[in-house]
Amino acid sequence: MGDEQEQSVLRFDNVSLSFGDAPALRNVSFEMLAGETRIVFGAAGSGKTVLLKTALGLLKPDAGSVYVFGQEITGLPEEELFAIRSRMGVLFQEGGLFDSLTIEDNVGYPLLNQPWLHCPPDQVQARVEEALRFVELEHTLEKFPSELSGGMRRRVGIARAVVTEPRLVLYDSPTAGLDPITAYTIIALIVKERDVKNTTTLMATHRYQDGHFLANFRYQPAGNRLEPAGRDRAAIRTRFMVLEESRIVFEGTQAELEASNDPYLSKFVRRQE
Amino acid sequence: MLDILKSPILAIQDFCFLAGRTIRNVFRRPHYADDIFLQMDIIGIGSLPIVTLTGFFSGAVLAMQMAKALQQYGAVGQTGQLVAITLVRELGPVLTAVVVAGRNASGIASELGSMKVTEQIDAMRALGTDPVQKLVKPRLVATCAVLPLLTIIADFVGIFGGFLIAYFALNLTPAQYWNNVWQSLEYLDVSFGLAKPFAFAIIIALIGCFFGLSTTGGTQGVGRATTQAVVASMVLVFIVNFFMTRIYVSM
Repeated sequence: MGDEQEQSVLRFDNVSLSFGDAPALRNVSFEMLAGETRIVFGAAGSGKTVLLKTALGLLKPDAGSVYVFGQEITGLPEEELFAIRSRMGVLFQEGGLFDSLTIEDNVGYPLLNQPWLHCPPDQVQARVEEALRFVELEHTLEKFPSELSGGMRRRVGIARAVVTEPRLVLYDSPTAGLDPITAYTIIALIVKERDVKNTTTLMATHRYQDGHFLANFRYQPAGNRLEPAGRDRAAIRTRFMVLEESRIVFEGTQAELEASNDPYLSKFVRRQE
Repeated sequence: MLDILKSPILAIQDFCFLAGRTIRNVFRRPHYADDIFLQMDIIGIGSLPIVTLTGFFSGAVLAMQMAKALQQYGAVGQTGQLVAITLVRELGPVLTAVVVAGRNASGIASELGSMKVTEQIDAMRALGTDPVQKLVKPRLVATCAVLPLLTIIADFVGIFGGFLIAYFALNLTPAQYWNNVWQSLEYLDVSFGLAKPFAFAIIIALIGCFFGLSTTGGTQGVGRATTQAVVASMVLVFIVNFFMTRIYVSM
Protein backbone atom coordinates (compact mmCIF):
# COMPACT_ATOMS: atom_id res chain seq x y z
CA MET A 1 0.00 0.00 0.00
CA GLY A 2 2.76 2.38 1.00
CA ASP A 3 4.53 1.83 -2.31
CA GLU A 4 1.43 2.50 -4.34
CA GLN A 5 0.81 5.73 -2.48
CA GLU A 6 4.22 7.02 -3.51
CA GLN A 7 3.86 6.02 -7.16
CA SER A 8 4.18 8.88 -9.62
CA VAL A 9 1.03 9.15 -11.72
CA LEU A 10 1.73 12.28 -13.69
CA ARG A 11 4.95 14.22 -14.00
CA PHE A 12 5.77 17.30 -16.05
CA ASP A 13 9.45 17.99 -16.44
CA ASN A 14 10.22 21.49 -17.71
CA VAL A 15 7.45 21.38 -20.30
CA SER A 16 7.12 24.26 -22.74
CA LEU A 17 4.61 24.56 -25.54
CA SER A 18 3.61 27.40 -27.82
CA PHE A 19 1.16 28.02 -30.64
CA GLY A 20 3.08 30.03 -33.21
CA ASP A 21 4.52 32.93 -31.27
CA ALA A 22 2.10 32.66 -28.35
CA PRO A 23 3.44 30.58 -25.48
CA ALA A 24 0.86 28.25 -23.91
CA LEU A 25 3.06 26.60 -21.26
CA ARG A 26 6.41 27.86 -20.04
CA ASN A 27 8.81 25.57 -18.14
CA VAL A 28 6.03 23.76 -16.30
CA SER A 29 7.26 21.15 -13.82
CA PHE A 30 5.27 19.25 -11.21
CA GLU A 31 4.65 15.72 -10.03
CA MET A 32 1.43 14.05 -8.92
CA LEU A 33 1.47 10.95 -6.76
CA ALA A 34 -1.15 8.21 -6.68
CA GLY A 35 -4.18 9.12 -4.60
CA GLU A 36 -3.44 12.82 -4.72
CA THR A 37 -5.96 15.54 -5.51
CA ARG A 38 -4.56 18.48 -7.39
CA ILE A 39 -6.37 21.71 -8.16
CA VAL A 40 -5.10 23.97 -10.92
CA PHE A 41 -6.30 27.56 -10.69
CA GLY A 42 -5.83 30.08 -13.44
CA ALA A 43 -7.58 32.83 -15.34
CA ALA A 44 -8.96 32.16 -18.81
CA GLY A 45 -6.10 31.66 -21.26
CA SER A 46 -3.56 30.91 -18.53
CA GLY A 47 -2.90 27.44 -19.97
CA LYS A 48 -5.13 25.15 -17.89
CA THR A 49 -6.69 23.36 -20.84
CA VAL A 50 -3.35 23.10 -22.64
CA LEU A 51 -1.83 21.54 -19.52
CA LEU A 52 -4.55 18.88 -19.39
CA LYS A 53 -4.35 18.15 -23.11
CA THR A 54 -0.57 17.82 -22.86
CA ALA A 55 -1.01 15.35 -20.01
CA LEU A 56 -3.24 13.26 -22.29
CA GLY A 57 -0.73 13.46 -25.13
CA LEU A 58 -3.26 15.32 -27.31
CA LEU A 59 -0.75 18.15 -27.63
CA LYS A 60 2.97 17.56 -28.01
CA PRO A 61 5.31 19.76 -25.97
CA ASP A 62 7.99 21.74 -27.81
CA ALA A 63 10.45 21.03 -25.00
CA GLY A 64 10.54 18.98 -21.81
CA SER A 65 9.01 15.60 -20.97
CA VAL A 66 5.69 14.32 -19.70
CA TYR A 67 5.49 11.05 -17.75
CA VAL A 68 2.20 9.25 -17.18
CA PHE A 69 2.18 6.27 -14.78
CA GLY A 70 5.97 6.50 -14.82
CA GLN A 71 6.22 6.15 -18.60
CA GLU A 72 7.45 8.95 -20.80
CA ILE A 73 4.77 9.80 -23.38
CA THR A 74 6.47 12.71 -25.12
CA GLY A 75 7.72 10.91 -28.21
CA LEU A 76 5.19 8.08 -28.33
CA PRO A 77 3.20 7.43 -31.53
CA GLU A 78 -0.58 7.81 -31.31
CA GLU A 79 -1.19 4.03 -31.25
CA GLU A 80 0.86 3.59 -28.07
CA LEU A 81 -0.73 6.64 -26.49
CA PHE A 82 -4.15 4.97 -26.81
CA ALA A 83 -3.02 2.24 -24.41
CA ILE A 84 -1.99 4.83 -21.82
CA ARG A 85 -5.08 6.97 -22.35
CA SER A 86 -7.28 3.94 -21.68
CA ARG A 87 -6.16 4.24 -18.04
CA MET A 88 -7.03 7.94 -17.86
CA GLY A 89 -10.42 9.60 -17.80
CA VAL A 90 -11.12 13.12 -18.96
CA LEU A 91 -14.00 15.56 -18.76
CA PHE A 92 -13.68 18.29 -21.37
CA GLN A 93 -14.78 21.82 -20.69
CA GLU A 94 -18.08 21.62 -22.56
CA GLY A 95 -18.38 17.89 -21.96
CA GLY A 96 -17.07 16.99 -25.43
CA LEU A 97 -19.99 14.61 -26.04
CA PHE A 98 -20.51 13.28 -29.58
CA ASP A 99 -23.74 14.90 -30.67
CA SER A 100 -24.44 12.30 -33.33
CA LEU A 101 -24.60 9.52 -30.70
CA THR A 102 -27.14 8.80 -27.98
CA ILE A 103 -26.16 9.14 -24.32
CA GLU A 104 -25.89 5.36 -24.10
CA ASP A 105 -23.52 5.21 -27.08
CA ASN A 106 -21.53 8.17 -25.79
CA VAL A 107 -20.88 6.54 -22.43
CA GLY A 108 -20.25 3.15 -24.02
CA TYR A 109 -17.86 4.64 -26.59
CA PRO A 110 -14.61 4.19 -24.61
CA LEU A 111 -15.58 0.63 -23.66
CA LEU A 112 -16.19 -0.33 -27.29
CA ASN A 113 -13.30 1.57 -28.83
CA GLN A 114 -10.42 0.92 -26.46
CA PRO A 115 -9.23 -2.60 -27.20
CA TRP A 116 -6.76 -2.32 -24.30
CA LEU A 117 -9.62 -2.39 -21.82
CA HIS A 118 -10.70 -5.87 -22.95
CA CYS A 119 -14.30 -5.13 -22.09
CA PRO A 120 -16.53 -8.02 -23.25
CA PRO A 121 -19.33 -6.62 -25.47
CA ASP A 122 -22.04 -8.21 -23.33
CA GLN A 123 -20.89 -6.22 -20.31
CA VAL A 124 -20.95 -2.84 -22.02
CA GLN A 125 -24.64 -2.21 -21.40
CA ALA A 126 -24.38 -3.01 -17.70
CA ARG A 127 -21.34 -0.82 -17.20
CA VAL A 128 -22.92 2.07 -19.09
CA GLU A 129 -26.01 1.87 -16.92
CA GLU A 130 -23.88 1.70 -13.79
CA ALA A 131 -21.89 4.77 -14.83
CA LEU A 132 -25.08 6.68 -15.60
CA ARG A 133 -26.59 5.62 -12.29
CA PHE A 134 -23.46 7.01 -10.65
CA VAL A 135 -24.28 10.47 -12.06
CA GLU A 136 -28.02 9.87 -11.51
CA LEU A 137 -28.94 10.08 -15.19
CA GLU A 138 -29.91 6.47 -15.86
CA HIS A 139 -33.20 7.62 -17.43
CA THR A 140 -31.48 9.43 -20.34
CA LEU A 141 -30.05 6.39 -22.19
CA GLU A 142 -31.94 6.99 -25.44
CA LYS A 143 -31.63 10.78 -25.49
CA PHE A 144 -29.19 12.82 -27.55
CA PRO A 145 -26.79 15.33 -25.97
CA SER A 146 -28.69 18.24 -27.54
CA GLU A 147 -31.78 17.26 -25.53
CA LEU A 148 -29.98 17.65 -22.20
CA SER A 149 -29.18 20.77 -20.19
CA GLY A 150 -25.59 22.01 -19.80
CA GLY A 151 -25.26 20.52 -16.33
CA MET A 152 -26.65 17.17 -17.43
CA ARG A 153 -24.24 17.06 -20.37
CA ARG A 154 -21.39 17.66 -17.95
CA ARG A 155 -22.66 14.78 -15.79
CA VAL A 156 -22.83 12.48 -18.81
CA GLY A 157 -19.27 13.61 -19.54
CA ILE A 158 -18.26 12.50 -16.06
CA ALA A 159 -19.99 9.16 -16.58
CA ARG A 160 -18.09 8.68 -19.83
CA ALA A 161 -14.81 9.65 -18.14
CA VAL A 162 -15.19 7.17 -15.29
CA VAL A 163 -16.95 4.26 -17.03
CA THR A 164 -13.56 2.70 -17.76
CA GLU A 165 -12.57 2.96 -14.07
CA PRO A 166 -9.44 4.97 -14.77
CA ARG A 167 -6.78 5.53 -12.12
CA LEU A 168 -6.33 9.16 -13.06
CA VAL A 169 -9.18 11.51 -13.97
CA LEU A 170 -8.67 14.98 -15.44
CA TYR A 171 -11.42 17.59 -15.20
CA ASP A 172 -11.22 20.70 -17.37
CA SER A 173 -13.20 23.57 -15.80
CA PRO A 174 -16.08 21.27 -14.83
CA THR A 175 -18.18 24.13 -13.42
CA ALA A 176 -17.54 26.79 -16.07
CA GLY A 177 -20.75 28.49 -17.16
CA LEU A 178 -22.99 26.65 -14.69
CA ASP A 179 -25.24 28.11 -12.00
CA PRO A 180 -24.07 27.61 -8.38
CA ILE A 181 -26.49 24.78 -7.64
CA THR A 182 -25.58 22.76 -10.73
CA ALA A 183 -21.90 23.53 -10.12
CA TYR A 184 -22.24 22.06 -6.64
CA THR A 185 -23.81 18.89 -8.09
CA ILE A 186 -20.86 18.49 -10.44
CA ILE A 187 -18.27 19.02 -7.70
CA ALA A 188 -20.12 16.58 -5.44
CA LEU A 189 -19.88 13.98 -8.21
CA ILE A 190 -16.15 14.60 -8.59
CA VAL A 191 -15.65 14.15 -4.83
CA LYS A 192 -17.83 11.03 -4.92
CA GLU A 193 -15.81 9.52 -7.77
CA ARG A 194 -12.58 10.28 -5.94
CA ASP A 195 -13.64 8.82 -2.61
CA VAL A 196 -15.59 5.82 -3.89
CA LYS A 197 -13.15 4.68 -6.57
CA ASN A 198 -10.03 6.13 -4.97
CA THR A 199 -8.91 7.87 -8.15
CA THR A 200 -6.15 10.38 -8.49
CA THR A 201 -7.81 13.64 -9.47
CA LEU A 202 -6.54 16.64 -11.40
CA MET A 203 -9.01 19.49 -11.73
CA ALA A 204 -8.52 22.77 -13.57
CA THR A 205 -10.88 25.53 -12.50
CA HIS A 206 -11.16 29.25 -11.98
CA ARG A 207 -13.51 28.97 -8.98
CA TYR A 208 -11.97 28.85 -5.54
CA GLN A 209 -15.00 27.08 -3.98
CA ASP A 210 -14.45 24.08 -6.27
CA GLY A 211 -10.95 23.58 -4.91
CA HIS A 212 -12.13 24.24 -1.37
CA PHE A 213 -14.77 21.51 -1.65
CA LEU A 214 -12.33 18.98 -3.02
CA ALA A 215 -9.78 19.73 -0.31
CA ASN A 216 -12.11 19.78 2.70
CA PHE A 217 -15.08 17.55 1.99
CA ARG A 218 -15.53 13.82 1.74
CA TYR A 219 -18.30 11.73 0.27
CA GLN A 220 -20.50 9.95 2.81
CA PRO A 221 -22.03 6.87 1.14
CA ALA A 222 -24.55 6.52 3.98
CA GLY A 223 -26.32 9.80 3.25
CA ASN A 224 -25.18 10.10 -0.40
CA ARG A 225 -23.87 13.59 0.32
CA LEU A 226 -20.72 15.54 1.10
CA GLU A 227 -19.58 16.16 4.65
CA PRO A 228 -16.74 18.22 6.02
CA ALA A 229 -13.71 15.99 6.29
CA GLY A 230 -12.74 17.37 9.71
CA ARG A 231 -9.77 15.47 11.01
CA ASP A 232 -9.61 13.31 7.87
CA ARG A 233 -8.65 16.38 5.96
CA ALA A 234 -4.95 15.48 5.90
CA ALA A 235 -5.81 12.13 4.30
CA ILE A 236 -7.17 13.79 1.18
CA ARG A 237 -3.72 15.14 0.29
CA THR A 238 -4.73 18.10 -1.81
CA ARG A 239 -2.18 20.24 -3.59
CA PHE A 240 -2.98 23.56 -5.19
CA MET A 241 -1.31 25.00 -8.22
CA VAL A 242 -1.82 28.42 -9.80
CA LEU A 243 -1.09 29.21 -13.44
CA GLU A 244 -0.48 32.75 -14.59
CA GLU A 245 0.30 33.48 -18.22
CA SER A 246 1.43 29.92 -18.97
CA ARG A 247 3.68 29.65 -15.89
CA ILE A 248 3.20 27.96 -12.55
CA VAL A 249 3.36 30.79 -10.03
CA PHE A 250 2.31 28.81 -6.96
CA GLU A 251 2.37 25.23 -5.79
CA GLY A 252 1.51 24.18 -2.25
CA THR A 253 -1.23 23.51 0.26
CA GLN A 254 -4.44 25.43 0.75
CA ALA A 255 -3.08 27.07 3.90
CA GLU A 256 -0.02 28.30 2.04
CA LEU A 257 -2.20 29.61 -0.78
CA GLU A 258 -4.46 31.47 1.63
CA ALA A 259 -1.47 32.94 3.45
CA SER A 260 0.00 34.40 0.28
CA ASN A 261 -0.10 38.14 -0.25
CA ASP A 262 0.53 37.99 -3.97
CA PRO A 263 -2.19 40.07 -5.66
CA TYR A 264 -2.81 37.52 -8.48
CA LEU A 265 -3.11 34.63 -6.02
CA SER A 266 -5.43 36.49 -3.69
CA LYS A 267 -7.82 37.04 -6.60
CA PHE A 268 -8.56 33.31 -6.50
CA VAL A 269 -8.70 32.91 -2.76
CA ARG A 270 -11.98 33.52 -0.99
CA ARG A 271 -11.28 33.12 2.66
CA GLN A 272 -13.92 31.06 4.43
CA GLU A 273 -15.94 32.78 7.10
CA MET B 1 9.01 38.82 -46.48
CA LEU B 2 9.12 35.03 -46.65
CA ASP B 3 6.77 34.94 -43.69
CA ILE B 4 3.87 35.37 -46.12
CA LEU B 5 4.72 31.98 -47.61
CA LYS B 6 5.08 30.27 -44.26
CA SER B 7 1.43 29.54 -43.52
CA PRO B 8 0.42 28.25 -46.99
CA ILE B 9 3.46 25.98 -47.12
CA LEU B 10 2.70 24.72 -43.62
CA ALA B 11 -0.89 24.06 -44.67
CA ILE B 12 0.27 22.10 -47.72
CA GLN B 13 2.61 20.09 -45.51
CA ASP B 14 -0.19 19.32 -43.04
CA PHE B 15 -2.47 18.37 -45.92
CA CYS B 16 0.15 15.96 -47.27
CA PHE B 17 0.56 14.42 -43.81
CA LEU B 18 -3.19 13.93 -43.53
CA ALA B 19 -3.40 12.49 -47.04
CA GLY B 20 -0.48 10.15 -46.36
CA ARG B 21 -1.90 8.94 -43.05
CA THR B 22 -5.34 8.38 -44.54
CA ILE B 23 -4.12 6.46 -47.56
CA ARG B 24 -1.84 4.36 -45.35
CA ASN B 25 -4.82 3.60 -43.13
CA VAL B 26 -7.18 2.61 -45.93
CA PHE B 27 -6.28 -1.08 -45.66
CA ARG B 28 -5.67 -1.08 -41.92
CA ARG B 29 -8.15 -2.17 -39.32
CA PRO B 30 -10.49 -1.07 -37.80
CA HIS B 31 -12.64 -0.33 -40.84
CA TYR B 32 -15.84 1.17 -39.38
CA ALA B 33 -18.01 -0.26 -42.19
CA ASP B 34 -21.14 1.38 -40.73
CA ASP B 35 -19.60 4.81 -41.13
CA ILE B 36 -18.55 4.04 -44.70
CA PHE B 37 -22.10 3.01 -45.68
CA LEU B 38 -23.59 6.00 -43.88
CA GLN B 39 -21.30 8.35 -45.80
CA MET B 40 -22.05 6.57 -49.10
CA ASP B 41 -25.71 7.21 -48.41
CA ILE B 42 -25.17 10.88 -47.52
CA ILE B 43 -22.80 11.60 -50.41
CA GLY B 44 -24.12 9.22 -53.06
CA ILE B 45 -27.87 9.01 -52.62
CA GLY B 46 -27.98 12.55 -51.25
CA SER B 47 -26.30 14.00 -54.34
CA LEU B 48 -28.29 11.94 -56.82
CA PRO B 49 -31.13 14.42 -57.54
CA ILE B 50 -28.88 17.41 -58.12
CA VAL B 51 -26.36 15.39 -60.15
CA THR B 52 -29.16 14.04 -62.35
CA LEU B 53 -30.61 17.49 -62.92
CA THR B 54 -27.24 19.04 -63.70
CA GLY B 55 -26.39 16.21 -66.08
CA PHE B 56 -29.74 16.35 -67.88
CA PHE B 57 -29.72 20.07 -68.51
CA SER B 58 -26.08 20.24 -69.57
CA GLY B 59 -26.70 17.43 -72.05
CA ALA B 60 -29.77 19.20 -73.44
CA VAL B 61 -27.98 22.55 -73.69
CA LEU B 62 -25.00 20.91 -75.38
CA ALA B 63 -27.26 19.33 -78.00
CA MET B 64 -28.89 22.67 -78.80
CA GLN B 65 -25.62 24.56 -79.06
CA MET B 66 -23.82 21.86 -81.02
CA ALA B 67 -26.70 21.47 -83.48
CA LYS B 68 -26.61 25.21 -84.16
CA ALA B 69 -22.89 25.04 -84.92
CA LEU B 70 -23.15 21.82 -86.91
CA GLN B 71 -25.95 23.24 -89.05
CA GLN B 72 -23.43 25.50 -90.80
CA TYR B 73 -21.69 22.39 -92.10
CA GLY B 74 -24.87 20.48 -92.71
CA ALA B 75 -23.82 17.91 -90.10
CA VAL B 76 -26.67 18.06 -87.58
CA GLY B 77 -26.66 14.25 -87.66
CA GLN B 78 -23.37 14.29 -85.75
CA THR B 79 -24.95 15.94 -82.68
CA GLY B 80 -24.93 12.70 -80.68
CA GLN B 81 -21.22 12.29 -81.19
CA LEU B 82 -20.38 15.76 -79.89
CA VAL B 83 -22.71 15.52 -76.92
CA ALA B 84 -21.38 12.11 -75.91
CA ILE B 85 -17.71 12.97 -76.24
CA THR B 86 -17.99 16.29 -74.42
CA LEU B 87 -20.00 14.76 -71.60
CA VAL B 88 -18.03 11.58 -71.08
CA ARG B 89 -14.61 13.16 -71.40
CA GLU B 90 -15.08 16.48 -69.66
CA LEU B 91 -18.41 17.84 -68.55
CA GLY B 92 -19.74 14.73 -66.83
CA PRO B 93 -16.76 14.22 -64.50
CA VAL B 94 -16.13 17.92 -63.87
CA LEU B 95 -19.72 19.04 -63.35
CA THR B 96 -20.47 16.11 -61.07
CA ALA B 97 -17.31 16.77 -59.07
CA VAL B 98 -18.12 20.48 -58.78
CA VAL B 99 -21.66 19.75 -57.62
CA VAL B 100 -20.47 17.15 -55.10
CA ALA B 101 -17.70 19.49 -53.95
CA GLY B 102 -20.23 22.22 -53.31
CA ARG B 103 -22.51 19.87 -51.48
CA ASN B 104 -20.17 17.52 -49.66
CA ALA B 105 -16.79 19.19 -49.24
CA SER B 106 -18.75 21.89 -47.40
CA GLY B 107 -20.78 19.32 -45.47
CA ILE B 108 -17.69 17.41 -44.41
CA ALA B 109 -15.77 20.55 -43.46
CA SER B 110 -18.60 22.00 -41.39
CA GLU B 111 -19.34 18.72 -39.60
CA LEU B 112 -15.72 18.02 -38.73
CA GLY B 113 -15.12 21.69 -37.97
CA SER B 114 -17.98 21.76 -35.47
CA MET B 115 -16.63 18.60 -33.87
CA LYS B 116 -13.21 20.21 -33.67
CA VAL B 117 -14.35 23.41 -31.95
CA THR B 118 -16.53 21.53 -29.46
CA GLU B 119 -13.60 19.28 -28.47
CA GLN B 120 -15.25 16.17 -29.90
CA ILE B 121 -12.14 15.40 -31.95
CA ASP B 122 -10.01 15.64 -28.81
CA ALA B 123 -12.52 13.48 -26.95
CA MET B 124 -12.34 10.91 -29.72
CA ARG B 125 -8.56 10.73 -29.43
CA ALA B 126 -8.75 10.65 -25.64
CA LEU B 127 -11.21 7.73 -25.81
CA GLY B 128 -9.05 5.57 -28.01
CA THR B 129 -10.11 6.31 -31.59
CA ASP B 130 -7.96 7.75 -34.33
CA PRO B 131 -10.02 10.51 -36.03
CA VAL B 132 -8.28 9.69 -39.32
CA GLN B 133 -9.61 6.12 -39.13
CA LYS B 134 -13.02 7.00 -37.77
CA LEU B 135 -13.81 10.21 -39.66
CA VAL B 136 -11.49 10.76 -42.64
CA LYS B 137 -11.19 7.21 -43.99
CA PRO B 138 -14.94 6.51 -44.26
CA ARG B 139 -15.47 9.81 -46.08
CA LEU B 140 -12.60 9.14 -48.47
CA VAL B 141 -13.64 5.57 -49.23
CA ALA B 142 -17.30 6.53 -49.63
CA THR B 143 -16.56 9.46 -51.95
CA CYS B 144 -14.19 7.35 -54.08
CA ALA B 145 -16.86 4.68 -54.38
CA VAL B 146 -19.81 6.89 -55.26
CA LEU B 147 -18.36 9.72 -57.36
CA PRO B 148 -17.53 7.49 -60.39
CA LEU B 149 -21.04 6.01 -60.13
CA LEU B 150 -22.62 9.45 -59.95
CA THR B 151 -20.57 10.45 -62.98
CA ILE B 152 -21.85 7.46 -64.97
CA ILE B 153 -25.40 8.47 -64.12
CA ALA B 154 -24.74 12.12 -65.01
CA ASP B 155 -23.17 11.06 -68.33
CA PHE B 156 -26.10 8.85 -69.22
CA VAL B 157 -28.79 11.30 -68.18
CA GLY B 158 -26.94 14.03 -70.08
CA ILE B 159 -26.80 11.97 -73.26
CA PHE B 160 -30.48 11.23 -72.78
CA GLY B 161 -31.16 14.96 -72.40
CA GLY B 162 -29.31 15.51 -75.65
CA PHE B 163 -31.45 12.80 -77.25
CA LEU B 164 -34.69 14.52 -76.28
CA ILE B 165 -33.49 17.71 -77.99
CA ALA B 166 -32.27 15.72 -81.01
CA TYR B 167 -35.54 13.85 -81.34
CA PHE B 168 -38.04 16.63 -80.68
CA ALA B 169 -36.23 19.76 -81.87
CA LEU B 170 -33.77 18.49 -84.47
CA ASN B 171 -35.94 15.70 -85.88
CA LEU B 172 -33.21 13.06 -85.71
CA THR B 173 -34.31 9.44 -85.42
CA PRO B 174 -33.42 7.57 -82.21
CA ALA B 175 -31.28 5.11 -84.19
CA GLN B 176 -29.36 7.95 -85.79
CA TYR B 177 -28.62 9.59 -82.45
CA TRP B 178 -27.78 6.52 -80.39
CA ASN B 179 -25.65 4.88 -83.11
CA ASN B 180 -23.73 8.08 -83.41
CA VAL B 181 -23.22 8.18 -79.63
CA TRP B 182 -22.19 4.55 -79.42
CA GLN B 183 -19.68 4.69 -82.25
CA SER B 184 -18.02 7.89 -81.10
CA LEU B 185 -17.00 6.60 -77.68
CA GLU B 186 -13.76 4.67 -77.28
CA TYR B 187 -12.48 2.65 -74.36
CA LEU B 188 -9.95 5.34 -73.57
CA ASP B 189 -12.74 7.93 -73.22
CA VAL B 190 -14.63 5.74 -70.82
CA SER B 191 -11.62 4.78 -68.72
CA PHE B 192 -10.44 8.40 -68.45
CA GLY B 193 -14.00 9.46 -67.79
CA LEU B 194 -13.94 7.18 -64.76
CA ALA B 195 -10.36 7.80 -63.63
CA LYS B 196 -11.12 11.50 -63.37
CA PRO B 197 -13.97 11.23 -60.84
CA PHE B 198 -11.84 8.86 -58.81
CA ALA B 199 -9.10 11.49 -58.57
CA PHE B 200 -11.65 14.24 -57.90
CA ALA B 201 -13.18 12.15 -55.11
CA ILE B 202 -9.82 11.99 -53.34
CA ILE B 203 -9.53 15.78 -53.62
CA ILE B 204 -13.07 16.51 -52.39
CA ALA B 205 -12.95 14.15 -49.40
CA LEU B 206 -9.44 15.00 -48.24
CA ILE B 207 -9.82 18.77 -48.70
CA GLY B 208 -13.12 18.73 -46.82
CA CYS B 209 -11.62 16.72 -43.98
CA PHE B 210 -8.44 18.77 -43.91
CA PHE B 211 -10.20 22.12 -43.56
CA GLY B 212 -12.65 20.63 -41.06
CA LEU B 213 -9.94 19.17 -38.85
CA SER B 214 -7.81 22.31 -38.95
CA THR B 215 -10.69 24.59 -37.89
CA THR B 216 -9.88 27.08 -35.15
CA GLY B 217 -11.78 29.99 -33.71
CA GLY B 218 -15.28 28.84 -32.78
CA THR B 219 -18.35 29.00 -34.98
CA GLN B 220 -16.86 31.73 -37.14
CA GLY B 221 -13.97 29.37 -37.83
CA VAL B 222 -16.42 26.66 -38.95
CA GLY B 223 -17.90 29.04 -41.51
CA ARG B 224 -14.45 29.98 -42.76
CA ALA B 225 -13.35 26.34 -43.01
CA THR B 226 -16.49 25.48 -44.99
CA THR B 227 -15.96 28.25 -47.53
CA GLN B 228 -12.27 27.45 -47.90
CA ALA B 229 -13.02 23.76 -48.41
CA VAL B 230 -15.46 24.45 -51.25
CA VAL B 231 -13.21 26.98 -52.97
CA ALA B 232 -10.05 24.89 -52.62
CA SER B 233 -11.65 21.64 -53.75
CA MET B 234 -13.28 23.24 -56.81
CA VAL B 235 -10.09 24.98 -57.89
CA LEU B 236 -8.12 21.76 -57.41
CA VAL B 237 -10.69 19.79 -59.40
CA PHE B 238 -10.21 22.16 -62.37
CA ILE B 239 -6.41 22.11 -62.10
CA VAL B 240 -6.19 18.33 -61.82
CA ASN B 241 -8.67 18.00 -64.68
CA PHE B 242 -6.39 20.13 -66.85
CA PHE B 243 -3.40 17.89 -66.20
CA MET B 244 -5.35 14.68 -66.64
CA THR B 245 -6.71 15.95 -69.96
CA ARG B 246 -3.15 16.85 -70.93
CA ILE B 247 -2.11 13.24 -70.29
CA TYR B 248 -5.17 12.01 -72.20
CA VAL B 249 -4.51 14.00 -75.35
CA SER B 250 -0.87 12.91 -75.44
CA MET B 251 -1.88 9.23 -75.37
